[in-house]
Formats: sequence, structure tokens, C-alpha cells
Amino acid sequence: MQASRDDFVIAIRSAFLKKENKQKFSLLGLIFLTLLILILEKFNLKPIDYLKISLREVAYRSTFIVSIPENFFKKSYFATINHFNVYEENKILKEQLDLELSKNFNFEYIIEENKRLKSTIEEVSGEGSEIIGKVLVDKKSPFLRSVIVNRGSKDGVELGMAVMDKNYLIGKIVEVTFTTSRVLLLSDLNSKVPVDIMPNNIQSILSGTGDHNGTIQYTRQQSLIENEAIVFTSGAGGLFKSGIPIGTINKDPINSKINVNFFSDFSQLRFIKITSFKEKIK
Amino acid sequence: MSEISKLNNFKKILEKGPIILLIISVLNEFDFNYLNLKYFSFNFPFILIYYWSLKRSGSLGYGLIFLSGLFNDIVTGLPIGVSSLAYLLICGFSAYLRNITLRPSAIKDWFFFGFTILVVNSLIYLIISLVFDVELNYYSILVNILFTFLFYIIFNGIFHYYQKLIFGAQNV
Repeated sequence: MQASRDDFVIAIRSAFLKKENKQKFSLLGLIFLTLLILILEKFNLKPIDYLKISLREVAYRSTFIVSIPENFFKKSYFATINHFNVYEENKILKEQLDLELSKNFNFEYIIEENKRLKSTIEEVSGEGSEIIGKVLVDKKSPFLRSVIVNRGSKDGVELGMAVMDKNYLIGKIVEVTFTTSRVLLLSDLNSKVPVDIMPNNIQSILSGTGDHNGTIQYTRQQSLIENEAIVFTSGAGGLFKSGIPIGTINKDPINSKINVNFFSDFSQLRFIKITSFKEKIK
Repeated sequence: MSEISKLNNFKKILEKGPIILLIISVLNEFDFNYLNLKYFSFNFPFILIYYWSLKRSGSLGYGLIFLSGLFNDIVTGLPIGVSSLAYLLICGFSAYLRNITLRPSAIKDWFFFGFTILVVNSLIYLIISLVFDVELNYYSILVNILFTFLFYIIFNGIFHYYQKLIFGAQNV
């Protein structure tokens, strides 16, 4: 019994403490260094910030370069697929266009009316400045949903700015370096956005699922939410202006979960719009 | 003469294969960890680091593994140091197995790998969720562990063949 415990201790000591041939660093030393980095990271201390900034600058650019061959194949693949889908898509789009054109006249009237009513009640209105950015790295992790874009503090990007794909909200800025920034996508588990669900004007919180969709949380009026209802930002919290389209409701009949299918396809992001909605009281 | 020196250079590059694979798997956008399939992902760097630390500990330096972990955290957005700790612990486990093994067997290595990734992933999950308050999908991690475990034996075969081809006889 004593002998087997001794063997175990010797093997552990030899594995972690003994510096092996051809190894420049001791394993235990590096583990302690990593733990030190984690502690510094937890308390957000300055040295770790400098380390992170310099590593980010190197890592993001290197990732972009290393991913060039793969991106080339990916682009070629999608281009081929798109080419074959063009005819069918064209037919569907024509039908949709007719439908949308008929709706458009109503929308114009409603938008003008909305502006007039907002100014009457002196409500907060969003005035945005826009920065166009390119997705530099889309490292797909099973646990975190985020992308890195080629716009940083030198371009005026700030923490918390809204990120849009065309006119749809896709996330917000959570990390800024001098030349790049990280966008936390709405599909990430840690993303929480206050939303309005139309029709019926139901206020709720949209949370990511870690998958390709979102889910509606914290609402008591579940029965009032209709399938295919549209989810907009509510503007609560002041980070985003109200009325930015996000996606449509897709109720799960099995577990009565209210999912949100995003308008934008997060796996196909190339160019995005970083917007700041600085609140101005008219 | 120049033919021989060209062949030597090519062999040198092939000898650096594990390092090149590690760098690419950490920096490349295409990640075996996420193949856009629901309920399917596996952690390729775990397999790579475990195999090469076990069979040829000199082929992947601890310093390089530590650095690649830092880069992985930066690229995926995890708290910095988490992947490094995971990778180094895997090195520790494989070094332990190497020390206690007299007669190596692929099945034994495989099951020990399963135990290793269970322990390492649990520890990392605890650090991320309890210390850094980052929410993670528990089921994704479980699926990831399962597929990483299953895929080890396949990559074990591939790496074993590569090792025999490039380095000749095994170390252990």
C-alpha cells in the first residue's frame, strides 16, 4: 500500500517537477505562471491589460493571414452554391418585392407619423454615427459567439456600440483594441438585449442560446406572443435606439420555448456597421 | 548534392509537423471545435497535445503550448490563460502516464485520455463559470468531451503512422 502510494508520488513529481529533455521550461513553473495570469485577469490588473492588448494585435492579424487559404475555399464554395441558387431565388424575390412594394406606402406614412408623435412627447431619439467595418476573424467556438472586426479605438469605436448587418442588429462591442474590436453576437449565451415584440407590444429580454438563434426570457405574457411576430429593440437601457429589427418569433410546440430566428445570418458576416446611438433629447 | 539538401529541408519541415498543426489549429478560423453541425464538436488541440506529449515529448515544447493557449484564448474570447492551463494540465497527465507505463497500449492511452479531458474540462468549466461568471452551455461541453474522446483513437492511428514515417521508432 505504502509502496504504491510512493510510486504515485514519484510519478507525479517526475511528471510535473522534472524538466524533461528538449524542454526549456518546467511544466509546473508554466502552470503557476498561467494561474498568476488568471488571477491578474480576474482582478483586471494593468499588466494583464498590456499583455492582452499586445497579444490581440498579433493574434488577430496572424489569424487573418493563416485563414486566407481557408477563406478562399469558403468563398469559392459559397459563390458556386449561390450561382446555382440564383434562378430560384430570383423568382421568390420578385414575388416578395411586389408584396413589399404594396406595404411600403403604408410604412412611409407610419414612419412620418411616428416622428411627429415622438417630437410631440419630446421622447429620446437616437442619432447615430456609423463606422463600416470588415469581419477579420470569425473563430467559431462551440461556447462563445463573437467576431473580430478591423475597426478599433483609432476609428472611434467604443465599448457598448451597436453592431448592425444591413439594418438588423447583430450584437454589441465588448472589447476594443487600437486597430480591432470584438463583437459579442446576439446568439451568445451572455448576450441580453431588451426587446419589444410586435404586434401586442410585449416587452421582454432576448437572450442568446449559444446556438444560431435566440430565446425570449422573462415575460409573463407568453400566450400573447404570436408565431412569426417581429422582435425589435425596445431602447430600454439607452444602449440601442428603439425599433431596430432583430428577428422573428418561432415558438417551439414541444417545450413551449419562444425562440427567435435572427434576420441576419451570423455565419455569413463580412461587412458590418458599428453605430453609436448617443441619446439626444429633442 | 542539392537534391539531398532539399530532401533534408523537407524532412525538417515534416518533423515540425506537430508544431505547425498546433499553430494552425489555434489560429485558423476553421476550427474542429465547431463544424457548424448541431451536437457535434471536438477539441483537436487536446488530441494533438496529448498524443505528442505522450509519444514524443520533445516535439511540442511546453513554452509553445503555453503560448498557443494564450493565442487560443485571445482568438476565441475566453479569459486569458484558461486554454493554456488546460493544455499544460494535459501535458502533465500525459507525462504522468508516460512515467508509469512500462508496456504502452493504444487502448490504455485512449481511456486515460478520456479521464484527462473529463478532469481538465471540468476544471476549466468551473474556472470560467465560477470565477469569471461567463455562461457556458453545459451540454455543448459534454458533447465536445464525448467526441474528443471518440476521435482520439482515429487521430492516434494517423499520428502513429506519421510518427513512424517521419521519426522512425517510437520514444516510449
